[in-house]
Amino acid sequence: MTTDLSRTPGDAPDASSGPTPPATPPPATDPRLLVRSDGLAGYWSDFLRRMRSGELGSVPVVLGLAVIWVVFWLLEPSFLSAQNVSNLSVYIVGTGLIAVGIVFVLLLGEIDLSVGSVSGLAGAVFAVLAVNEGITEWLALLVALLTGALAGAVHGFFFARVGVPAFVVTLAGLLFWNGLMLQVLSSDGTVNLDKDGLVGSMTSHFFTDVAAAYGLALLAVLGYFAAQWSEHRRRVGVGVPARPLSEIAVRTGALALAAFLLAYTLNQYKGLPLALVIFLAVLVVFDFVVRRTTWGRRVFALGGNTEAARRAGINVTAVRISVFSLAGTMAAFGGLLIASRIAAADQGAGSGVLLMEAIAAAVIGGTSLFGGRGTVWSALLGMLVIGSISNGLALLGSPSHLQYMITGGVLLAAVVIDSVSRRTQRSAGRT
Amino acid sequence: MSTTPVLALRGVSKRFGAVQALTDVDLEVHAGEVVALVGDNGAGKSTLVKAIAGVGPADAGELLWQGVPARVGRPHDAQDLGIATVYQDLALCDNLDVVGNLFLGRELKRSGVLDEVEMERRSRELLATLSIRIPSVRIPVASLSGGQRQTVAIARSMLGEPRLVILDEPTAALGVEQTAQVLDLVERLRERGLAVVLISHNMADVKAVADQVAVLRLGRNNGVFDVATTSQEEVIAAITGATDNAVTRRRARSTEPKTEAPQ
Repeated sequence: MTTDLSRTPGDAPDASSGPTPPATPPPATDPRLLVRSDGLAGYWSDFLRRMRSGELGSVPVVLGLAVIWVVFWLLEPSFLSAQNVSNLSVYIVGTGLIAVGIVFVLLLGEIDLSVGSVSGLAGAVFAVLAVNEGITEWLALLVALLTGALAGAVHGFFFARVGVPAFVVTLAGLLFWNGLMLQVLSSDGTVNLDKDGLVGSMTSHFFTDVAAAYGLALLAVLGYFAAQWSEHRRRVGVGVPARPLSEIAVRTGALALAAFLLAYTLNQYKGLPLALVIFLAVLVVFDFVVRRTTWGRRVFALGGNTEAARRAGINVTAVRISVFSLAGTMAAFGGLLIASRIAAADQGAGSGVLLMEAIAAAVIGGTSLFGGRGTVWSALLGMLVIGSISNGLALLGSPSHLQYMITGGVLLAAVVIDSVSRRTQRSAGRT
Repeated sequence: MSTTPVLALRGVSKRFGAVQALTDVDLEVHAGEVVALVGDNGAGKSTLVKAIAGVGPADAGELLWQGVPARVGRPHDAQDLGIATVYQDLALCDNLDVVGNLFLGRELKRSGVLDEVEMERRSRELLATLSIRIPSVRIPVASLSGGQRQTVAIARSMLGEPRLVILDEPTAALGVEQTAQVLDLVERLRERGLAVVLISHNMADVKAVADQVAVLRLGRNNGVFDVATTSQEEVIAAITGATDNAVTRRRARSTEPKTEAPQ
């Protein structure tokens, strides 16, 4: 915050003597508060202030992830091997896509318990249409995604228009869509997918050319820098506070380090997985949607204060239905990638821990259960935590019950952090 | 006050089932004038405001907007005329920052994308012209004090360039310094030539900023007073219905000659 400190309220008594000069409007910011000095020092002090007042954001999950990786790496060095990192990056995509939809529902302050069943239904619809009925794959894919969108819209309608609690509507959906999936699959039980087909290749295809991974990393770094730079230029141009260049440099540097390290590691094995590209593209697009579009702003507003949003002229019902429909669509998309990974649609799809993992990922990643706070990236961060734990324990040869217990503990820790930070924010005057 | 009032109500009545909430209520508000609307609980203040704001349209009566009869059936109609209402319970989103709240529902866009830079620039400009001081326009409103939140809510109503601003209990539950901030802001609205309707329970606030006091009692007009020449006791008597007794009549006679000139 670059506030003109030379113009303080202390100057006021001078104004009463003699003809008053044309009153200069005082700065909109109160110079006593939140004065942030320029450069990295200011960034650091601002960061510490945020931590103290409970605006933790992604910090706990990033720290937790670092701890998890170091521990597993010490216990089993092959945990950070190229092959394992590559496997992990493909494994997290299916559930991660479902978690992206969950993030939006959580931003509203609601919950969707049906995403597991919807994902299984979408996989079954696709498999039956594409394999058994012989319909063109992309058409079957579209129908599967529309099935998810429609299922979500039905939940949204009963929640937003009829007024049934989302918890109950989606609990009913959990049973209903699972039953429908069993009916769709009834005659066959399990339908095997074509490993090289449109959906099959989503998780089996790798860009083996090393240029692909490095190129994508370079594109991400340049794109990020260009966006930050143009924003900085524009802000300076109209005279509103801008992010200092040193901070942009540090952020871009950190992104470059992470991106090229990942690209290098992936290139040591099979190359850049298509599944990871899909996941990252979805994350970038929805991050943009949530932060830079009117619709995204409305989702946040509803999560903060529904009545205020309604009085501001926002169509609350439409936003709610669209969010649940999006959650259904993303669940279907995730279900297709899960079906692609196991190359089949079977009767067990969408059951078990899938639903819990998707919701846990969003919450562990830092999206609040209380609505109005969170980012799309929490789907990625949370899935990395969950995926790393199950993958690391599997490498160590631990039984799955241990995995459940540890993941449950991590989820509890994440919710505790969410609740405590919310309370700290309240005492620091922030919600 | 020979000019046409910005807003004039004539014979407004409203009924809720068996309750006659408003009966033949008249009200006039001129540009550059603050009219305080006072009355006991249940006197019909909120009902009248809702009728003006289009939230609960009146059953009978006439609304003249700058001398021309107008119909206000929905909140949207009132906004289109140039009536902005700031409700008692603020209607701000705690999790959004000040810029997000100011522009909620009317976000500025640049080729389909939210124009954060322009919204931030305009927010700072708006807050500066109203001399509103807040720590930063980029912090969540939850971190602002009650007075700052109230000023943000009022500033928000100014974005639509209204001619009339209705403030419903803007100083309720505020501290001394915060109340002063809000009252300063009300005066600035008047200086900018806006018509202001101020609902308040606090006689000191009314005395401080209002030009006229319109009293409602049991859903009826119970007098319109000029703040500069009326004592607080007379207004309170009108509110409680104790206007017409020997004591008040004698006091009214005795205070009549020494009308203090407004400064």
